[in-house]
Amino acid sequence: MTRLFLQRLWLGLLALLVISALLFFATNMLPGDVAEALLGQQATPESLMRLRETLGLNEPAWLRYCHWLMRVLHGDFGNSLASGRTVVSEVLPRLGNTLILASLAALVAVPLSVGLGLICATREGGVVDRLISLLCVLTISVPEFFLGYLLIGLFAIQLGWLPSLAAINPGMSLGARLAAVALPTATLVLVVLAHMLRMTRASLVSVMSAPYIEMAYLKGLKRSTVILRHALPNAAAPIIAVVTLNLGYLVVGVVVVEVVFVYPGAGQLLVDAVAKRDLPLVQACGLIFAAIYVTLNVLADVLALVANPQLRHST
Amino acid sequence: MSLNRRIPPKRLDRREFLTGAALLGTLAGGLTLSGCAVSDDSPPLSGNTLKLGMSGGASSDSLDPRTYMDMVPICIGYQLMNGLVEIGDGGEPMPELFASWEPNSDAREWVFDIRRDVVFHNGKTLDADDVIYSLNLHRGNTTSASKVAVENIRAIEKLDAHRVRISLDGGDADLPSTLADYRLLVVPNDFSDWANPIGTGGYKLQHFEAGVRCITVKAGDYWKPNAAHVDAIELLVINDSMARINALISSQVDIINRIDGRTADLLKRNKKLQVVRSQTGQHAILAMNCTADPYANNDIRLALKYAVDRDRLIKTLLNGYGLVGNDQPIGRSNPYYDADIPQHTYDPDKARYYLKRANRDSLEVELKVSEAAFSGAVDAGVLFQSSAAGCGIKVNVKREPVDGYWSNVWVKAPFYASFSDGRTTVDAALSKAYKSTSATNDTTWHRPDFDQLANAARGTLDPIRRKEMYAECQRLICEEGGAIIPMFIDHIEAGTTRVQGWKPSAIFELMGLRIGEKVWLSS
Repeated sequence: MTRLFLQRLWLGLLALLVISALLFFATNMLPGDVAEALLGQQATPESLMRLRETLGLNEPAWLRYCHWLMRVLHGDFGNSLASGRTVVSEVLPRLGNTLILASLAALVAVPLSVGLGLICATREGGVVDRLISLLCVLTISVPEFFLGYLLIGLFAIQLGWLPSLAAINPGMSLGARLAAVALPTATLVLVVLAHMLRMTRASLVSVMSAPYIEMAYLKGLKRSTVILRHALPNAAAPIIAVVTLNLGYLVVGVVVVEVVFVYPGAGQLLVDAVAKRDLPLVQACGLIFAAIYVTLNVLADVLALVANPQLRHST
Repeated sequence: MSLNRRIPPKRLDRREFLTGAALLGTLAGGLTLSGCAVSDDSPPLSGNTLKLGMSGGASSDSLDPRTYMDMVPICIGYQLMNGLVEIGDGGEPMPELFASWEPNSDAREWVFDIRRDVVFHNGKTLDADDVIYSLNLHRGNTTSASKVAVENIRAIEKLDAHRVRISLDGGDADLPSTLADYRLLVVPNDFSDWANPIGTGGYKLQHFEAGVRCITVKAGDYWKPNAAHVDAIELLVINDSMARINALISSQVDIINRIDGRTADLLKRNKKLQVVRSQTGQHAILAMNCTADPYANNDIRLALKYAVDRDRLIKTLLNGYGLVGNDQPIGRSNPYYDADIPQHTYDPDKARYYLKRANRDSLEVELKVSEAAFSGAVDAGVLFQSSAAGCGIKVNVKREPVDGYWSNVWVKAPFYASFSDGRTTVDAALSKAYKSTSATNDTTWHRPDFDQLANAARGTLDPIRRKEMYAECQRLICEEGGAIIPMFIDHIEAGTTRVQGWKPSAIFELMGLRIGEKVWLSS
């Protein structure tokens, strides 16, 4: 078990190293550099040259990669080229905002989707199952920004219950904060709900038709015991995988929702940084996002192993 | 004034596509049919917090005036600091920290008097050293984008504590307007803590989160009369146009900027809102490189100029919120605008005539466009394609990515979409994009005779003589230049009817971005 865990961890770190190299060289291949982006239409050859010199953009790329990696390993992501502030001080508050929104959405979405998935699976083909499936298909078919606009149109404009701007500030009370993030949270829940719910339902349904479940029923076990003790652990691996995939999405893929609700999250920061060719910031955001993704995936593997003893022995 | 061309923010296309549809849905509820609300003449009211929801900010923004490239930092800059010269409602230079000025006979030497009653937020009294230091931030070895604007300054001398003499390389009768550049803001001598700028403005910085939010509060007694009415200003960066409109309709902000023509009419129907429209000289450009084949031939350039259906562009793209352009950069609201130059119109016969003069029966060109140039540039390309087809000209519209447009396409492609903001002086408009010495000449148009004429006009103090010379400059660009300037684009902004004292801008938007100290809120 420990060996398996360490192996997963080691693979995760290796993946991160590869990603860091990819990130660094891919961002360096972007057309135009930060000097051009900063000066925009004002760029003249001499002002460009001067800015490039100040920013140290004239060294070869591999050398800059080595320097950068060493600094990152010491926890120093450098300074933002555009604003001059440290990358850490730029990213942390934004990442905090993103994590708050993502955790809120996850807190609602994960129990809801797994619970609804269970209900659907146990009532396969029934009215409830069909109704929930229909709603799922609807929410997943509509792009997330449109869902956002629909919710704004209803709750912010027509009814006036909730604000359309989700900006949270340090001085706000908990209630005001929750009200501010209610609409983006609801949007995100609707976006990720269907995927997790359908996967829970599908993997449970396939397990429920297995012979050992029939056996369990035949030996007189209660329905709830069959589902929770025998079916769910065997169906857990794909569910956990999909849940972590969606959690990853909640952290790194919500830039459109951030834009619609003007929520100051890390996604918007990354988009701004790419537009300004602020490479230290892009690389730091990319690396942090990658780290979150990799961690969640390692976690998914480990949890699947814990949940299902069969997997432990087959590997 | 400024030589900046604003780069409009990027938008996701699918959202843009849905803007119209979603708007109908969101607006439907609170609307009643009525005209646009107009502010009354009650005296300014102090107090309240003004909330601005603005496009034009990014996480990379800084409050260092040398870095200002977009609307949000400029608007904050004007809350905290003052310029040397202000642009009045009619576009004329007005005293700000410079109380008065006097040129010599050839406009090469100017003496400026500095206001004596102005105190910085840190208690220091404004004097000549502060002004010289602040101007020098943009001169010599600097990354300031306003370097070009003050390049003509040869020396700045301190005459006494409140007087400076500015000597120029070439005469400039418009020097005060040139000094109204939005980056030329005044800070104390040797100041460099740009995270927390000290200025002489009506407001002090309380909180600044780049690309997100800025709060400024009243700095006590303000030297400027009849200004800085509200107690505090909260500026929220809302780059998404739908989100801006939603925030306004649900009263979370008082004022928003950058509304497109199609939305403006919908907002006008809401009784609780007012819409303000300004004609500031910002214009769309389709730029031809005058040294590249086939655009080196002026007959080809003229054929293309006659192949644009300007009225249709304005109607379709701007919903009428714009004015016809005549292929030269001086707008109708400018006092030096020459109305006697024949207007280029959509005329297939003339286009064919000029094609024939260039010994061609037909022409095929490639036009590079992107939303980075101006909002609607891609549609403009397609509309041009269809009108040009009626003149025997085949236009291939090539859509370029927004990202990197100004580095990869601008000035590099032979025929592409470009954009220019309105300028405070004719010379600024001409020297940035039309003089051969300019590194940012969109059309690579090199005409020494034009350069001479424009420079001579700049140094001519006699207004009648000057107007004649500038008229000739406009005629040259119109008839021989490489820029197709089909339309001047209005600035449209909207706010709740609580906002009072709000007027159209003479330059840029939101009252020249000085709206923070100009307006007040009725209770």
